[in-house]
Amino acid sequence: MQVSLTVNGKNYRRDVEPRTLLVDFLRDHLNLTGTNIGCDTSQCGSCTIHMNGEAVKSCTVLTVQADGADLRTIEGLANGELHPMQNAFWNEHGLQCGFCTPGMIMSAVKLVENGKNLSEEDIRHGLEGNICRCTGYQNIVKAVQAAAKEMAGGD
Amino acid sequence: MYPPKFDYYRAGSVQEALTLRKQHNAKFLAGGHSLLPAMKLRLNDPGALVDIGRIDALKGISEGNGTVTIGALTTHTMVHAAGNLPDILTDAAGWIGDPMVRNRGTVGGNIAHADPASDLPTVFVALRARFHLAGPGGSRVVEADRFFTGLFETALGEDELVTAIEVPARSNQTGSAYAKLFNPASRYAIVGAGAVLTMAGNECTAASVAIGGLTSFSRRAPSVEAALVGRKLDDAALEAAAAQVANDLGDDVMGDIHASADYRRSMAPVFVRRALAQARSRA
Amino acid sequence: MAANIGQSIRRFEDPRFLQGQGKYVANLTLPNMAYMAVKRSPHAHARINGIDSSAAEAMDGVIAVFTGHDLEADDIGWLPCGWQVPDLRMPALRALVLHKVRHVGDRVAIVLAESPYIAEDAVEAIQVDYEPLPAAIGARKATEPGAPQVHRGVDNNTCFVWELGDKEAHEKAFAEADHIVELDLINQRLIATAMEPRAAVAQWNAFTEEMTLWTTSQNPNLIRWVMGAFTLKIPEHKLRLISPDVGGGFGSKIPHYPEEVLVPWAARKIGRPVKWVAARSESAMSDTQGRDHVTRARLALKNDGTITGIGVETWADMGAYLSIVAPLIPTAFYITVLSGLYKIPGIYGKTYGVMTNTVWVDAYRGAGRPEAAYVIERLVDMAAHKLGMDPIALREKNLIPADEFPYQTPVALSYDSGNYKGLFAKALDVANYEKLRRDQEKARAEGRLVGVGVASCIEASGPVPSAVSGALGGVTGFWEAGTIRVHASGKVTAITGAHSHGQGHDTTFVQIVADQFGVSMDDVDLVHGDTAVVTNGMGTYGSRSTSVGASALVKSSEKIREKMKKLAAHLLEADVADVVYDTEKAAVYVKGSPDKSKSFGDLAYAAYTGHSLPEGMEPGLEEITYYDPHNFTYPNSLHIAQVEIDRDTGEVSIQRYVAVDDVGNVINPLIVEGQVLGGVAQGVGQALWEHGVYDENGQLVSGTLLDYAMPRADRFPMIETARTVTPSPHNPLGVKGVGEMGTITATPTIVNAVLDALAPLGIDHLDMPLSAPKIHAAIQGRMNGGD
Repeated sequence: MQVSLTVNGKNYRRDVEPRTLLVDFLRDHLNLTGTNIGCDTSQCGSCTIHMNGEAVKSCTVLTVQADGADLRTIEGLANGELHPMQNAFWNEHGLQCGFCTPGMIMSAVKLVENGKNLSEEDIRHGLEGNICRCTGYQNIVKAVQAAAKEMAGGD
Repeated sequence: MYPPKFDYYRAGSVQEALTLRKQHNAKFLAGGHSLLPAMKLRLNDPGALVDIGRIDALKGISEGNGTVTIGALTTHTMVHAAGNLPDILTDAAGWIGDPMVRNRGTVGGNIAHADPASDLPTVFVALRARFHLAGPGGSRVVEADRFFTGLFETALGEDELVTAIEVPARSNQTGSAYAKLFNPASRYAIVGAGAVLTMAGNECTAASVAIGGLTSFSRRAPSVEAALVGRKLDDAALEAAAAQVANDLGDDVMGDIHASADYRRSMAPVFVRRALAQARSRA
Repeated sequence: MAANIGQSIRRFEDPRFLQGQGKYVANLTLPNMAYMAVKRSPHAHARINGIDSSAAEAMDGVIAVFTGHDLEADDIGWLPCGWQVPDLRMPALRALVLHKVRHVGDRVAIVLAESPYIAEDAVEAIQVDYEPLPAAIGARKATEPGAPQVHRGVDNNTCFVWELGDKEAHEKAFAEADHIVELDLINQRLIATAMEPRAAVAQWNAFTEEMTLWTTSQNPNLIRWVMGAFTLKIPEHKLRLISPDVGGGFGSKIPHYPEEVLVPWAARKIGRPVKWVAARSESAMSDTQGRDHVTRARLALKNDGTITGIGVETWADMGAYLSIVAPLIPTAFYITVLSGLYKIPGIYGKTYGVMTNTVWVDAYRGAGRPEAAYVIERLVDMAAHKLGMDPIALREKNLIPADEFPYQTPVALSYDSGNYKGLFAKALDVANYEKLRRDQEKARAEGRLVGVGVASCIEASGPVPSAVSGALGGVTGFWEAGTIRVHASGKVTAITGAHSHGQGHDTTFVQIVADQFGVSMDDVDLVHGDTAVVTNGMGTYGSRSTSVGASALVKSSEKIREKMKKLAAHLLEADVADVVYDTEKAAVYVKGSPDKSKSFGDLAYAAYTGHSLPEGMEPGLEEITYYDPHNFTYPNSLHIAQVEIDRDTGEVSIQRYVAVDDVGNVINPLIVEGQVLGGVAQGVGQALWEHGVYDENGQLVSGTLLDYAMPRADRFPMIETARTVTPSPHNPLGVKGVGEMGTITATPTIVNAVLDALAPLGIDHLDMPLSAPKIHAAIQGRMNGGD
């Protein structure tokens, strides 16, 4: 089946088998391998991307469901310079092996965009769909706090 | 993990969805957050899917005549953010899965799947919600507590589609709440309790209580309700009423590696009490 | 320049990860690539009466289906166990089984197909005729008479028995003890769950007859060694292993895995590159798992709280096959650290290695040492309760004094350095321990279940002289190779056999190397993880990278500096004894005449032009060191936690967590703290949630993340960290390991805290994970007057 969608501002038209998962489409058809696959039960959040402005787990979306959608992946987040969230993860040492990081960042960006005056508890609750094995989350929480400040200041 | 092959059809309307389903002996695909994981684990191999995700008429929330109607394709995120829904629903929608799951998962898909550990079935039973179903023979309405009939089983026919869910609008005399014991791994409910209390002063004039997570399907707790209505609801009354839930659980309390049946049974009154206390505070 | 060591420098490797440019094996696509999927056993134990792959082979897009017989025909070797304790019964481990499956997930056949989707379809279509057999489950039960036998030749499923200690002193301690504390405990099975599932890609080059394998390994050089010698039998110099960015390991990416044999073998067989990527649920049933001890332990004390003896008897579940260093973990990495931070004269331990019909068990973050720390710290806590002493006071009474280092324990180890009193003082101060206890008293008076838990632990990290490894059964040594190559341009390439899968070597090692010369960190590049460049190495595990791996680079840097000094002396017409290498200025100057100097860049260039070299000096500026550690290093810790238990549900919430660690000198505080924080979360995970559960038939019940409870962000408070610094005297950097300390300490800290909360109810022990139902049942049992 033919699908047409926008990824990081670029239009793509491709033929896919209906069962093609969106994450496989991004990784294998478009070679956008920044979006990782960490589980098979929609638990870990490594595959989180933005679809029509919302964070979604691309392992649990069919490409045909995303037909016509506007997608943003980790590769499209930096705009010439790092997004404040990327910078904050860097400054706060919010990553170690880096595997969960793209999904974590995409999730955190939406958490901050959609929330006001996020408490530590809000952030921890907001990240419950993203599993990190390395960091113990603490520096991720700090990074989101720092980025939230930065992003609010930028408005 | 990849889903098995299937034929894919996209419906633009409810009517088209019903027709396509019949033609291809297909299953409906909404947000896909129950169906796709099962297909990836190869626990489900439907052969053909009718994608109803683009039927805009099934999306959104509208209010009128003391009820609120939620389109079947409304996502949990939309429900959580709506602002005009009973607190029990707002809270529960914010506790389903995680933000990404809530952005894709739909209320209609959720109840049609009827996972015993899911939150919304309990909430809708407590709210005495009415489910609007469309089928080849026309549409019908089923009360929530008659809809859930067993483990992953509902009154929904294979050829039927959930189109909307109708719940009572918020009212000043009514308070509602959902209390949930989270599974530490999946975040599903080990026990979920829903309460809707109507109060006149500190006296309860109407009560609707539901329990889920621990039994094969969510159900009303009539013994608890009976112990509430007409009483002044001090803490002791709540505690005593909550304890009645033991009479409403039936004989199908489930156990697994996370929580034994005994544990779940003993958690039922705890969470009923918590839901009641919060509902009372909101009435 | 210089003095990058000790700075919290944000990591050089991060920009690529932050932008989705990580080079993980699963991201690699090669032209004409085929995809492999593995047919795995759904049974814990079964005989294979036949395999019918005809339907799979007939599917569109299926290239081939292979079974164990195809491997046998090609003389593919068994996967060896690299740790040969005395009298080890080592069962055959084939990449694909022949006649029997021995755990859920055991490897029956492989499919090669044009896409991963088709490969999975074909795997589904393979029909295997299984004759299910009873399964041996549970380390203790599997040794009992009549238990199903996992392997012929491994009687009672016991593949080794290992003991260590002064049995006489131990028995005397218990005979003369005023108090004996006894404890039966289970240290439960864990699933490592690195977020990146394992993956492999192989390409055979028929022109050069060379095989390249990209694999998610913590130690690619070691895997190449084993593959060349034992399994694939392509000689090492024709094998190139690349472990690019690896998404976490925690021990589960140490072993040599069957897929590392199957992927390259199949690539050569079908003449195409082959890729395999595990699904998470596939990882759960095919990655080595951790822990799983059944232990009887006892502690002997005098009335005043002096500990005089400790004894353990442990049944260690090895799973269905012996993974690469599996026998090491419950033996020389376990019983040797039973002294903890304490002076204990009578120590004795015995371990039975037991085969069961479960996934293989090998190293998991801490590997043996957490199991030991858990035994000691539980016993000591129980003793404190029994003697009515504060758990801190009892521990302090038994600490090895700072002036007794190096301290020889009765179980082989010689602790290098420590100041445990200082560590305790710091931790008690940071936590405000007395206030925690006062708050607890208040809470208890209100009927709340609040507990304060402590654990003070040691790790023997960065193993160990190679001769000792050999004596203990190691098939290899534990040295590390480090090359420094100074280019003519003055740029520096540092090559290490250690491997970063999240630890941040690209930053810390660059800090270290830049400081050796005083050059800018921008001018130093670290290479690891590619055997074509890294000629030899042992990899990263056991918190060894900095103490062993970076030490090799320091030694090579010293050699380079010496050569630069000789060259400078020659060029400056000075005596080599009169020149000094100045790491502030990155130059060599003549003592007393700082204007007479040659810069690092000048000397690098001169070394390569060779126009004017001292007599006998070869051109070039490159040195390699094989650094063999003199000893373990011995980081140590005191962690303090406050928890509260919901009396209604049994749920535990952590209110405070203070981690104070002494890991010797610190290269990058930001990274060191990150290791502690992540380690603590992992240790808490074991204490409260994580459990690899098998039912009595050997089904892995917690095989997906729906059932295996990973730590999540909302379960933790902000963890408070602090440090004391007692350098290791025997490595050039004075560093100790940090990667595992948090995990080792957090598990007993949290368990002790929960049991402290439950102490008023008379509950003195519960096995992990301390789940809400377990705690609730214990509370109910006590409140109902039960036992």
